Amino acid sequence: MHKIWIIIQREYTSRVKNKRFLLVTFLVPLLMVGLIVGSAYFSFKGTEERKIAVIDPNGFFKNKLKNSTQLKFEFPKEVDTSNYQAKGYSDILLMPVFEGDKKADYILRSKKSMGFNLQESISRKINAAIEDQMLEKAGIQQSILDSIHQSAQIAELKAYEDEGKKSKESNAGLAMAIGYASGLLIYITMFIYGTMVLRGVMEEKTNRIAEVIVSSVKPFELMLGKIIGIGAVGLTQFLMWIIVVMTLTGVGFGLLPDDMQSQVQQLQQSGGQMGAAGLAQASESAKNIYAFQHVISTTNWPLIIGCFLFYFLGGFLFYASLFAAVGSVVNEDPQDAQSLMFPITMPIIFSYIITNVVIQNPNTAMAFWASVIPFSSPMVMMARISYGVPSTVPYWELALSMLTLIAGFLLTTWLSAKIYRTGILMYGKKVTWKEMFKWAFAKS
Amino acid sequence: MEPLLSLSHLVKHYATQKAVDDISFDIQKGSIFGLLGPNGAGKTTLLRMITGIFYPDSGTIQLDGKQFDPLMDIREIGYMPEERGLYKKMKIGEQALYLAQLRGLSKADAMVKIKYWFEKFEMQSWWNKNVEDLSKGMSQKLQFVITVLHEPKLIILDEPFSGLDPLNANLIKDEIYNLAKKGATIIFSTHRMEQVEEICDHIVLVNLGKKILDGTVADIKQQFKEYIFAIETSQPELINDNTLFSILDKADKNPNKILVKLSQSVASNEVLTYLIEQQIPIISYNEVLPSLNDIFIQLVEDTHAKARAFQNI
Repeated sequence: MHKIWIIIQREYTSRVKNKRFLLVTFLVPLLMVGLIVGSAYFSFKGTEERKIAVIDPNGFFKNKLKNSTQLKFEFPKEVDTSNYQAKGYSDILLMPVFEGDKKADYILRSKKSMGFNLQESISRKINAAIEDQMLEKAGIQQSILDSIHQSAQIAELKAYEDEGKKSKESNAGLAMAIGYASGLLIYITMFIYGTMVLRGVMEEKTNRIAEVIVSSVKPFELMLGKIIGIGAVGLTQFLMWIIVVMTLTGVGFGLLPDDMQSQVQQLQQSGGQMGAAGLAQASESAKNIYAFQHVISTTNWPLIIGCFLFYFLGGFLFYASLFAAVGSVVNEDPQDAQSLMFPITMPIIFSYIITNVVIQNPNTAMAFWASVIPFSSPMVMMARISYGVPSTVPYWELALSMLTLIAGFLLTTWLSAKIYRTGILMYGKKVTWKEMFKWAFAKS
Repeated sequence: MEPLLSLSHLVKHYATQKAVDDISFDIQKGSIFGLLGPNGAGKTTLLRMITGIFYPDSGTIQLDGKQFDPLMDIREIGYMPEERGLYKKMKIGEQALYLAQLRGLSKADAMVKIKYWFEKFEMQSWWNKNVEDLSKGMSQKLQFVITVLHEPKLIILDEPFSGLDPLNANLIKDEIYNLAKKGATIIFSTHRMEQVEEICDHIVLVNLGKKILDGTVADIKQQFKEYIFAIETSQPELINDNTLFSILDKADKNPNKILVKLSQSVASNEVLTYLIEQQIPIISYNEVLPSLNDIFIQLVEDTHAKARAFQNI
């Protein structure tokens, strides 16, 4: 046992001390925040504006096409298909003579072709104008219609989960986001840390240090020490990410204007139910922040984080020993590793696909089986847990899933150890899957 | 004297072949023992059983009079395998410390011993260098240090001189003698017969998983001698085939030297008497014993050793 500890220490410190580890630890959260902010920014700002000349022979559409941030409609005179570009328009829209209810072609000609979404949007706007016109003909006034549209947006669906006598606010959107994020995170880390194990084992074999070491420790100790050491690196990384993200959020909140902070605090104290005057006072953004915090607080974070750590470790241990077994039979050629890795990466990718399906419908039979079978349970179960325990995932299912995962990684570790101890000392021979199976199931 | 290591009827079979097929021998305390054999003869398998990496299918290993226990006795063995290497990205000092700790030394103890050996081999300045910066010879030296660092009773060296220049090879060789003098037992495995002749007291030759030769170097040479003598004379033309001997080879580098093979049951002094009677001026007269190399080739040739080498495990 003492020797495993020495091995774990080396595997751990040699990686954590590495500059790349620090870089990834701080860059990934920053990158993720940057990605979210960036994509939001570009979806808002980064769009082109198109100025469209509308040729409307009988003036029917004048002032009826609504401008948007991206589309500006103008009704100039003396503009036609030959000179619209010269006059500064990006597109020209040729309307037919409007004749009420007949189908007609509307022709759009552009300098640069327009994206599908914008074309759809133009088509909708034209149809809306026609619809308005028809409604008016039927005797409904535009202003009444508008006010009805606005005042009709009053229903807000609040979903609750019944847990015995208590019922709890549920939030499917957030559950989905959390489930998706944790499933994705497990998927990515499984690959990163699984291949880290594979590379570590390959390094020991190709550097020819394996035999030196196994003359002092048992091959099983070497394999387990490596797997645990790398798993610990993964946990450290997660812990750092959580700290970095929390710090970033804290700093972000601290940067808000003082009065907004106090408004958010007031909202928190009153549980969102301020007096009418107070509610009116609270700015829209303070309400948004409050709403966000409120939603976050409805989630059972200790459960989610606890399960996440369990499934990360369980899944990692399950797959890492398989990666180690593959690493031990690879010779110098990295291409061997590619083809041998395939049967291991396949179930990981497949599980990720299942996760994406299950997240839409967390209660199907497939969801159940996929979250009990250890090949896919780390990802699929995480996706389901976020919907609530025990409402979506009963306790017995969770327990069963955890037990099968533990049994699963004990089994893969045991089988892999047998492949590993033969493979690691074998040089210059290409090992087939058949041989690996023979080693795995041979009596020792 | 008590043998340090005693193997009896060791057998190890792989799926496709008998890698070690009933081999027994003893190794005396403090001796330098040569384990020889062609590629794929089963040497590495044998060494892996002695180091506890493999368990024999049957047979027993005794270390220092007691049943060999791979878990406990690993502390007493230093093994430098033929396929050896180091972590490339690790500092040399840390690496030595790590491997010493895996051998069971405490950190403080390991530090003291590493310092001693690094000083001895003038490697102090290497401590913070990465292994990838070392030349092959330098890393061989480091590997030797790591092997003997924990002062094992039994040191196993598989091709220890490969990649070393003569200067460093001599350094290691002297150290091997030193360690043996201090009481360590050394198993030395190599294909380089001239090194075996020079270093080893006792050898065992294995081929196709079986022991085919066992004895001291001097005894074995006697056993395989072919009664060949070299005669050096200033008048070689005077020597011709006769009933006492036949001439083997005149075309030696030295034209005055003639190799003769004595006829059956002719004593060497009879030849000398004959030469003196013939008034042939003798400069030197000595027996030529076969080299281990010759013996090795003679024994291994024509077996299926070459084909077997492909099934290396």
